Amino acid sequence: MLQMIDEGLIELNINGETRKVLVRPADTLLFALRERLGLTGAKPGCENGDCGACTILLDGWPVKSCLMLAVEAVGHQITTIEGLENPPIQQAFVEKFAFQCGYCTPGFIMNCQGLINNHPEADEATINEWLQSNICRCTSYQEITAAIKSVLQKNPA
Amino acid sequence: MQFLAVGKSVIRKEAWEKVTGQAKYTADISSPELLYGVIVTSTCAHGNIKQIDIETARSMPGVRAVITGDYYPILTGSVIKDRPPLASGKVRYYGEPVAVVVADTEAEAAAAALQVKVSYEELPTVNSPAEAIKANAPLLHEFVDQYQKSIPEVYPQANSNVVHHVKIRKGDLNKGWEDAEVVVEGSFTLPMSDHIAMETRNAMAHILSDGKIIIRTSSQAPFPVRKMISEQFGRDLGDVIVHVPLVGGAFGGKASVELEYLAVLASQAVGGRKVIISISREQDIASFPVKIALEARIKLGARRDGTLTAGEYTYLVGTGAYAESGPRMANAMAMSCTGPYKLDNVWCDALCVYTNHTYATAFRGFGHGSMTFAVERMMDKLAAALKMDPVQIRRKNAVKPGDTTPTQVELTESNLGNLQACIDKAETLINWEQGQVQYVGENKILARGVACFWKTSSSPTDALASAVVTFNSDGSANLQVGAVEIGPSTKTTLAQILAEKLSLDISRIHVEMEVDTGHSPHHWKTVASMSTFMVGRAVEEAADDALKQLLSLAAIAMVCAPEDLMVENGRIAYKDNPQEYIEFADIAHGYKHANGSTVGSQVIGRGSFVMPHLSPMDQETGKGKPGPYQTPGAQAVEVELNTADYTYRILKAVTVLDAGRVINPKAAQGLVMGAMSMGLGLATREELVFNQKQELSNTSLRTYKVMHIGQQPEYIVDWVETPNKAGPYGARGLAEHGILGIHAALLNALSKAAGVELDQLPVYAETIWKKVEEGRS
Repeated sequence: MLQMIDEGLIELNINGETRKVLVRPADTLLFALRERLGLTGAKPGCENGDCGACTILLDGWPVKSCLMLAVEAVGHQITTIEGLENPPIQQAFVEKFAFQCGYCTPGFIMNCQGLINNHPEADEATINEWLQSNICRCTSYQEITAAIKSVLQKNPA
Repeated sequence: MQFLAVGKSVIRKEAWEKVTGQAKYTADISSPELLYGVIVTSTCAHGNIKQIDIETARSMPGVRAVITGDYYPILTGSVIKDRPPLASGKVRYYGEPVAVVVADTEAEAAAAALQVKVSYEELPTVNSPAEAIKANAPLLHEFVDQYQKSIPEVYPQANSNVVHHVKIRKGDLNKGWEDAEVVVEGSFTLPMSDHIAMETRNAMAHILSDGKIIIRTSSQAPFPVRKMISEQFGRDLGDVIVHVPLVGGAFGGKASVELEYLAVLASQAVGGRKVIISISREQDIASFPVKIALEARIKLGARRDGTLTAGEYTYLVGTGAYAESGPRMANAMAMSCTGPYKLDNVWCDALCVYTNHTYATAFRGFGHGSMTFAVERMMDKLAAALKMDPVQIRRKNAVKPGDTTPTQVELTESNLGNLQACIDKAETLINWEQGQVQYVGENKILARGVACFWKTSSSPTDALASAVVTFNSDGSANLQVGAVEIGPSTKTTLAQILAEKLSLDISRIHVEMEVDTGHSPHHWKTVASMSTFMVGRAVEEAADDALKQLLSLAAIAMVCAPEDLMVENGRIAYKDNPQEYIEFADIAHGYKHANGSTVGSQVIGRGSFVMPHLSPMDQETGKGKPGPYQTPGAQAVEVELNTADYTYRILKAVTVLDAGRVINPKAAQGLVMGAMSMGLGLATREELVFNQKQELSNTSLRTYKVMHIGQQPEYIVDWVETPNKAGPYGARGLAEHGILGIHAALLNALSKAAGVELDQLPVYAETIWKKVEEGRS
């Protein structure tokens, strides 16, 4: 069992690599990713779990990295937007103009990727249920819905 | 005309950076040299500061400095200098910055910030715009008339909370009332709300030993930041360098200079070391500028056939505790006060007033959205009084070439566009012929509503834009502009204009995303949906300049006169024999003869643009020309109301606007849809809620609700394209406009469906229920 009082070194498995990271017990995973590892694709938007801009995949499931301590991530497989290898959802976001300022985009794409992995045949209600945890202030969401649907439909049944 | 790049849905240049997480925003850099600033804010909405105890905070681990209002007392503001960056003597709103703690880490700064103890002597508060103008209202600023003005055309009233008063006096109002056969009146209330750009505001600053101030900030206005910092800190403009990378949304909220002052002060307090201040969402909402509140009263007179004869408008613009651009938005509402309707007798008073709330700045639409809500609800009230169809009354009064604006600008087909055509298209797209109200099931009413809008900019008369095009030796071109990429694909749109002018494939135009005031050509600021228009004109001129140089070099190479040559597909060819040509690559860095000797050098095109013939509004009549052209449009909403519990679902939202020419259709469609989404958010859920002590109670995204996925209706966007002869390829601005009338269209539909007058935003099921109950009692 991990015991920490002040700062300490932990090992995180991120995008298939083992990384040693110096963190405080109170540091969030978002903080560790951004400030300690330079993985700035995950964004702070509220640091309260309301906006989803910091979404990453933890063992394949979308998690808001602002709501998780870095130390809690030890022993799990973390995937950040930087770890994606050109999945169709990125192309779909580009083609459907599913972003403008781009700030919420990594979080949306990670959530979408989690949905595609776990529910490749998701219907509209499931899409909405999943993606409601993220906020986009630029688009109308119609574009994002079009992007995720175009990928889900391409998936073999 | 066949276009190469204009009118094509070109993928934005930074698209892949954005979908891979590689795109860098202001706070996406970390460095061991960085110190962190955390702001301490006021817990009191109006009070004299009795004492600030910083001793405990100052002695905490990692803390390098704690500064308060006494540290470097200045007053700031883009219209009138009424705001200290850190409160001095008194606080005027809940959340006002009072101190900044600078420490080695953000955690240490935050821990110390909690130990800064401020005590206040509480003062009575001004709780609404209406209260602000009451005779015995508490004064927020005791000496409002003595503040230094940043622009001459602002008229604060001594011993009052009125910081600006703008008037429109056009035609003969008495005659207008005499001619009226029907008169209707209405009043409307819109609360403050917030921009909620997904990237919260943040800024970084350091000061070099020679005095240079280097800033990196999330801003729509790098050049104004440079100017204000240079003025306030006594530096040459060139000794202040402002870097703005990609910006994570702005919507007007990053158009004024705010956090930059605090970052520079914090850096100054630690000997010039680099300090970043990244604020929390809670502070972004409570402490930094929000959207104005509006209380409006309108009285319209019309003949029985629906022709408008008189309009009297009072707009009380609540700008919160400080003016920032509130006075300019009062101007904006006044100058467009009638909405896009012909009215010869107009009387408008727009007052910008202080309240003890978070101060306000530009918000998408710049006052036009709030104003349009009131005007378009009035048009439906007038239609009802006349028993006319709401579309018909708008069509009858729609402004046309030959009419004049409230500020007496003559309208032409070019500077106005074609509202009529927009109305026709919107009417079809919303299936208006099926009726405004349909019963579609038990307790289910389907209703439709419409609204129109127009907007021009309220720019300074000397607002300018520039562009520089440099050529690479392979014949590709680099485009540099001072416009910031805040999301609307501005830089890609400008690249399309350049590609078209140069007849060069868009892939061969390279665009620098970051703005650096040290080397980017000047741009007023990225606001008012004006960048495609203003910078686009500068790009056109820069392209012409470059082409002239390319043609004269090609003429040397091809032994002819430049007039004998033409440009085609990145080449220059003989007009009479296009098979004979020279590539840009062979002349872009001069032309090298066979023997090696070279003539000419790097081709660099330059262009700049200032809007001609703008003039400020006259203090007594409002006469003047505040903006270059109008963008008009029509909007419609289809909504289903459940009359058992008054919940409703928006099914469809339509915007048709006269874009002059759409440069990038998919990007433009996305902008209009996004603006509609934001407008429907304002209509249905968004408001800042102040409690009895005027403390802001909803400062998180859990309590301040915005639209989420699955709540959106079907969005439909269509265009009318009446060329704006002053615009690049005929283009008009369009980035804000989807927001302007969509809330009015929704409330027009809901009012009709519920049989009550819904005149305030936002509208919850409970709002409708209360109105219906009031009507019954």
